Amino acid sequence: MREKILSIQNLNISFETTAGMVNAVRGVNLSVYRGETVALVGESGSGKSVSAKAIMGILAKNGTIDSGDITLSYYRQEEKVTRDILSMDKKEIRRHVNGKRIAMVFQDPMTSLNPLIPVGKQVMEGMLWHYHTPKEEAYQKALDLLKLVGITDAEKRMKNYPHQLSGGMRQRVVIAIALSCDPDLLICDEPTTALDVTIQSKILELIQEIQKRKKLSVIYITHDLGVVAKVADYVNVMYAGKIVESGTVNEVFYDPKHPYTWGLLSAMPDLGTEDERLYTIPGSPPNLLHRITGDAFAPRNKYALKIDSRVEPPMFKVSDTHYAATWLLHPKAPKVELPGELKARIDRMMKEGEHYDKTGKQ
Amino acid sequence: MKKYIGKRLAISLVTLLIVIFVLFLLLQLMPGSPFNDERLSQEQIAVMSEKYGLDQPVTVQFFRYVKNLCKGDFGVSYVISKDTSISVLLENRVPISFGIGGEAVAFGAVIGLILGILAALKHNSWWDTLCTFISVIGVSLPSYVFALALAYFVGFKAQWLPLLYDGKQFFASSVMPMIALSMFTVATVARFTRTSLLEVLDSEYMLLAESKGITGPTLMLRHAMRNALIPIVTVLAPLVVDLMIGSLVIEKIFSIPGIGSLMVTAIQSNDYNVTITLAFIYSVMYIVLMLIVDIVYGIIDPRIRLAGKTD
Repeated sequence: MREKILSIQNLNISFETTAGMVNAVRGVNLSVYRGETVALVGESGSGKSVSAKAIMGILAKNGTIDSGDITLSYYRQEEKVTRDILSMDKKEIRRHVNGKRIAMVFQDPMTSLNPLIPVGKQVMEGMLWHYHTPKEEAYQKALDLLKLVGITDAEKRMKNYPHQLSGGMRQRVVIAIALSCDPDLLICDEPTTALDVTIQSKILELIQEIQKRKKLSVIYITHDLGVVAKVADYVNVMYAGKIVESGTVNEVFYDPKHPYTWGLLSAMPDLGTEDERLYTIPGSPPNLLHRITGDAFAPRNKYALKIDSRVEPPMFKVSDTHYAATWLLHPKAPKVELPGELKARIDRMMKEGEHYDKTGKQ
Repeated sequence: MKKYIGKRLAISLVTLLIVIFVLFLLLQLMPGSPFNDERLSQEQIAVMSEKYGLDQPVTVQFFRYVKNLCKGDFGVSYVISKDTSISVLLENRVPISFGIGGEAVAFGAVIGLILGILAALKHNSWWDTLCTFISVIGVSLPSYVFALALAYFVGFKAQWLPLLYDGKQFFASSVMPMIALSMFTVATVARFTRTSLLEVLDSEYMLLAESKGITGPTLMLRHAMRNALIPIVTVLAPLVVDLMIGSLVIEKIFSIPGIGSLMVTAIQSNDYNVTITLAFIYSVMYIVLMLIVDIVYGIIDPRIRLAGKTD
């Protein structure tokens, strides 16, 4: 039985800027179940980080949540509690949610650690703050966490300052900090973007391993489809502040329905790509300062129908887990074939996937 | 840390020696002599030069000066107050200047910090605007404008505080000069605190601290202020020296017998020893403060303390 721990309903967030109101998030729905991994994918400015920050109650000062619910379920002394985060004030969120229930790993480990405090203390801080853990106990736990995230010579590293550690090590420390109060949900906001490729896969594997061990749920925020394919159970593709397609990894990668997802998948380089130019989605995302009528992706979409410019498509159901917001799924819509190039690529991916499955089983 | 402080200390001592040497040379190059009086005959000048050892070569004079300096002897005044030892001349003036200067430093730093922190925390509010306004006024108006305004409104019209300096009621009579002196410091510290704190509040490690659930004074002091202090310490140090040494204009307005006016008189009358001593005090204070700043940096910032240590 899957246990839902976080549910976001119809979340709308806007920012007040000098140019006017920007509707950064426009009606996002998202569910996270215990132990599962959900990915939020989209290009810069699609609203993925903003959604995550709303969950943590750390939106920038000029941002307001216009409507929606974010409900979080957790256990307090064996008793299940369900609370709406958006109805809590900042102090309550800090006391009951941040660090304890939901923890966050930020994008750039070079700037996300306090430069003036030894890393050991930074790992211990959350425990001392929330649970008043005795110092020796907190120290021991921090030490264990540093070992868990794969930091060698952990005892010595406890006393080190962030500037004495490499980028990969720092990100491991940030993960240790996130784990320090045993949260149920980990939000990773592009956790590997600032790291080089070899470290990237190591950090991803580390998060996966810890997730399995601690039955953690993870939300990955990324624009890297490679990361998504590697770690996610469920994928939500975001465009212009909306989720346009959601489904299991296999559904979204092997049977994508939204033209934007097609574009994203076509734009991803893979080993099978021959000498031809890599595909790019034409145009750029809409300016969210202006009200959007119809489908936000329509101007960049060569498969756009007439209705796209007038009416926003609802989420059409493809399967119990697979939904996409495109009029192409309407029964009356003309049949549109996947672009040939992409089809070939998906075939390659499937073959590769089967190969991995076989070798994995051996 | 010990090695770091030792290194700074050595650098400071060398700097001080160079300063003395340059000061001494500059005075030799200055036109005129302490005995510029037209009524003095050549013989009389020769006698007096011999008496004070001014007829000897510069190097001899220099080494004799340094030797005496080490013994705490600054020499005697040639002109301002003939044959009085300079220590005696300064005895009464230095505490007054340092007293008012110290008050101004404390006042300026505290008020400046408070204004800056408020402005940063209430960014883009009327508080912020008010702080910016005060900063602009404090930086752009010279201190004597404040001094005159204070003297007129508070001292003369309202008669709340004594108009002139009075040794018997030091504190009451030092309030107005202190405020006038510290306005520039208030403004500068407020401006730097605001900028630096805003930058820190916007940083990712503050976001991480908040997402850990840290709130209130712990968040502000442990995570924000410590980081924001680094640039503030840098701008505060030279301001401290300026305030301690006093200002001629402020001393004139409130008739304070401080060292600012003594300095000007000494230079005008070619009183070598007094000039050199005051310049020396100025340099020593500067060097000591820079040393303190370096040490404070080391305490606040591990990146400086641990620089060069391979680990």
